[in-house]
Amino acid sequence: MKSPDFEYVKAKNMEDVFASLHSYKDSAQILAGGQSLLAMLNLRMASPQILIDISGIDSMKGIEKFGNALRIGALTTHNEILNSDLVKLHVPLLAQAVPYVAHLAIRNKGTIGGSLALGDPAAEYPAVALALNATMVIQSSKGERRVKAHDFFLSLYRTAVQSEEVLIAVEFPLATSNHRFVFLELARRKGDYAMVGLAVALSMDGKTIRECALSFMAMDDKPVLAPSAMKALTGQNIHPESILLAQKALDTDLDPPGDLQANASTKKHLARVLLSRALIQAGEPYV
Amino acid sequence: MSDRCMHAQFTVNGESVDAQVPVRMHLVDYLREEMGLTGSHLGCEHGVCGACQVMVDGQVVRGCLTLAVQADGKNVQTIEGLSESRELQQLQAAFLKHNAFQCGFCSAGMLLTALDITKHHKNASRNEIKELISGNYCRCTGYQAIVDAIESVLHTNLSSSSTQSGVKA
Repeated sequence: MKSPDFEYVKAKNMEDVFASLHSYKDSAQILAGGQSLLAMLNLRMASPQILIDISGIDSMKGIEKFGNALRIGALTTHNEILNSDLVKLHVPLLAQAVPYVAHLAIRNKGTIGGSLALGDPAAEYPAVALALNATMVIQSSKGERRVKAHDFFLSLYRTAVQSEEVLIAVEFPLATSNHRFVFLELARRKGDYAMVGLAVALSMDGKTIRECALSFMAMDDKPVLAPSAMKALTGQNIHPESILLAQKALDTDLDPPGDLQANASTKKHLARVLLSRALIQAGEPYV
Repeated sequence: MSDRCMHAQFTVNGESVDAQVPVRMHLVDYLREEMGLTGSHLGCEHGVCGACQVMVDGQVVRGCLTLAVQADGKNVQTIEGLSESRELQQLQAAFLKHNAFQCGFCSAGMLLTALDITKHHKNASRNEIKELISGNYCRCTGYQAIVDAIESVLHTNLSSSSTQSGVKA
């Protein structure tokens, strides 16, 4: 299908963006890489009055160490993340997840900020951000505010970004040698949206799990943590019994709606499978 | 209703375009309908099939997920331009040899992904080739032949580059 008609403005700087956002408020839509938005327009799932194209604003591009975090500009593309040594070194969970993000041509244009601000529950970056409780840097004409991933994803395609605000960067905490990370995903075709996906971040004290984050994708209307399973694993070593307990705990954590790809019970089963695979993989150095 | 238009300047296969472009028109509609470049195909029109791929500033992109106005200031190359410049010659010959064209609908997009593979993934294994072309659908399901063709080009290039370096050494 063809997109509905809209106005278009190419923003040269943030002042342009905030001026347009101020005039059009909620009827405006930010255009970053456009790899979800333009598809949604062609499918007529969205009909904004104006697209504010921010893709030319260089201040929102790039990856740099920033204090105790790796700061990634919102307009950094999937391919740039895929090829970044800084990401491999400092945010290995993100490095593991990005090969699952879309396909070659889409990775050339799609951006991390676009994906996070869209807040698709079946997308990789939101789940990774949640597992690491990354910090979202949000700007408006009044200044900057920072929102933790735990408070950022609200529901389907809804995030803490308000009208007249723009997500400009995301900051991931730096990994240390005590961390273990695993990202796994099941999709009909690699690169497509997940049936189930899991981002695991473990903070180890020797062989014992000191802290644990399990972040699931495609299990709810937003990426979700699995608090019961996380609690079950905390203070445990990784062995068959602790894995089994964590799998059982998932029953209270996850209540996925069925979708076109799989019904609810299949999804719950696959979540248990992924959890066990992920923990075995995370525990390999200790076996 | 007449669409809103915006002025845009870009090049397509080396030719300058300086035109009023309907804002909501995506790049492949512009190429096909305004310029008669019908080699880039429209399959799904929402980024899933890859038949619409073109190069923008040397990077392969989905033409249906790029607005024509976003080409402003950029250099666009299509299957027509890349065929004429013979950049795709080796791949096209390999596709022909391995019967990888079949109905031809996906070929333009496949060849552009294949070109990216030969440039940026010179050592890709067969499995990696499969993964790299996984964003392009072939509804004839002729994937094996397409992978064969790309693999053969990578092998040829690798062996010729190792021979060259051997000579140098």
